[in-house]
Amino acid sequence: MAANLDQIFIHLRDWLVAFLPVVLRPATGVLLSVIAIVCVFPGLFALTTVFERKGLGRIQNRLGPNRVGPFGFFQPIADGIKSLTKEDIVPLSANAGVHFLAPLVLVVTVFMGFAVLPMGRNMVLVDMDAGLLFFFAMGAATELSVFMAGWSSRNKYSLLGAMRAVAQMISYEVVLLLSSVSVVMISGSLSLPKIVDAQNQYTGVFPHWYIFTPWGLAGFIMYAIAATAETNRSPFDLPEGESELVAGYHTEYSGFKFALFFLGEYLAMFSISGLGTTLFLGGWSAPLSFLTFIPSWCWFFGKVMLSIFVFIWMRGTLPRLRQDQLMNFAWKFVLPFTLLDLMVTALWRFMGDGWLRWVVCTVILGTAYVFMARLQWRQKHIGPRSYRYAE
Amino acid sequence: MLGEGIVKGMLETARNFAGSFVSKERLTTVEYPEQRIPTVEAARVFPFLVYDGADWEGGMRCVACQICEKECPPQCIYIEKSKDKKPDFVGKPQFYPARFDIDISVCMSCQICVEVCPFEAIKMDTQFELATDDRFGGLLLDRHELAKSNEYYHSIHPTESTEVDARLAEEKAKADAKTKAAADAAAAKAAAAAAAPPAAPPATPTKEGGS
Repeated sequence: MAANLDQIFIHLRDWLVAFLPVVLRPATGVLLSVIAIVCVFPGLFALTTVFERKGLGRIQNRLGPNRVGPFGFFQPIADGIKSLTKEDIVPLSANAGVHFLAPLVLVVTVFMGFAVLPMGRNMVLVDMDAGLLFFFAMGAATELSVFMAGWSSRNKYSLLGAMRAVAQMISYEVVLLLSSVSVVMISGSLSLPKIVDAQNQYTGVFPHWYIFTPWGLAGFIMYAIAATAETNRSPFDLPEGESELVAGYHTEYSGFKFALFFLGEYLAMFSISGLGTTLFLGGWSAPLSFLTFIPSWCWFFGKVMLSIFVFIWMRGTLPRLRQDQLMNFAWKFVLPFTLLDLMVTALWRFMGDGWLRWVVCTVILGTAYVFMARLQWRQKHIGPRSYRYAE
Repeated sequence: MLGEGIVKGMLETARNFAGSFVSKERLTTVEYPEQRIPTVEAARVFPFLVYDGADWEGGMRCVACQICEKECPPQCIYIEKSKDKKPDFVGKPQFYPARFDIDISVCMSCQICVEVCPFEAIKMDTQFELATDDRFGGLLLDRHELAKSNEYYHSIHPTESTEVDARLAEEKAKADAKTKAAADAAAAKAAAAAAAPPAAPPATPTKEGGS
């Protein structure tokens, strides 16, 4: 029963496909999976927008939206209708073609990333050997779409937002990749289902998730920071800082094109949370060995939604960084620490089993963390402020 | 320690998040159309015209002196003086506004009309839900729409209206005393005249109205 429930979507797909002639079966199977992905994640997006607004409200001791439908849960429908019926304005001097393509490129590339994510046992659209590589290639293409949007709008705010976005995304892309490399070093595979399989083992009741190792914890934190920056979420939402840049790269977008940008941003959040889950949080595997009767896809989506909650929580807490702080943080703290983490991972790999590697790796990373924080602090000159007045 | 502040901040927001579900004091939101906070007594929005008694047209205190029209900074008041006169609350014949329009799309609720009015005829309202789908006709209030009873004035600004009523009563008493004295004087004169050759009865001024 539990196994059946676990594989329910696979069985459903096979059952539907069995009605067709044999020649069409593989293609239809893939098509059905694609349809499932294209329906499920925008549905989650709709749910997330309303939960985010309500959650942020609660964080600020407000009620949040509660007017449309019971407890305001039909808000996304109202938003969708609004954005569909709004006028679609393209500035006269904008490059119309590129302006039109940018949101499409964003959404399409983000959706491509979902192709390699294992969302449950056997639930992966394309079991690619280099799935991780494919994912990052697609992730890098979103930068292109952001720059397309900023450049084609012919608006100084859009362009500034796009420049910031590209600078930020490229800086943090490095960290994102390097923190994932440590996982690849341990699991020995670029295939995401294999990485999950490597973590889907238990010692006693505890799983072998990579987050429960010193290098994995450090790597996960670095990954989370980089993922926040990659998806332009607060506190790294400089590319669309309202107070400085109107709306950043999507200033000149309205109506459904804007909605597509919004969708793309949230989908990127889901996909990057999904990847983080797969790499460090054991993907679809259960957190304790006696909980394996719960279907694997429940665990995957539960973990993704938990990460989304943390994203929202951070957004409700942290103020936006300044551009130089952002860059300094990326290149002077996160990147060196990730590189160190990479070396520690190698050490972990070659020290063999035993308690010694736990102590050594923890001490190295802990010392480095404290030391680097001190170093950063010392370089900061915090004293009485000096003001210059115009004469 | 690096990251300490972030953890502290996250804990604070988590406390808010969880607390808003538990304690009602945290949620200060008033869900407006369903819940309302009673307006404070000093609240003021747009002006209205006070009338005494039951008849809004007859009891209107305004005498169309047009001081408010002249003083109004955004010039949102339009008054047309009547041709005939009607007695005011002390019984003196006065003009009345044949037209009294306030364009509340222009009015800035500065209360200057209220300050300058010597007849206590125009006062500030507390009615703020005046949204309309007709921004020309719907926001131009005529004298009927502006006329509100003294009881209504008492209900929205009790302290102020009591003071106003006391002042008006005093004025009326003074006016009454004056008429009475005049009548007495006239009666005495008449009596004196009656003692001599018989004369026409003295013409006593009419005494009507009053609050």
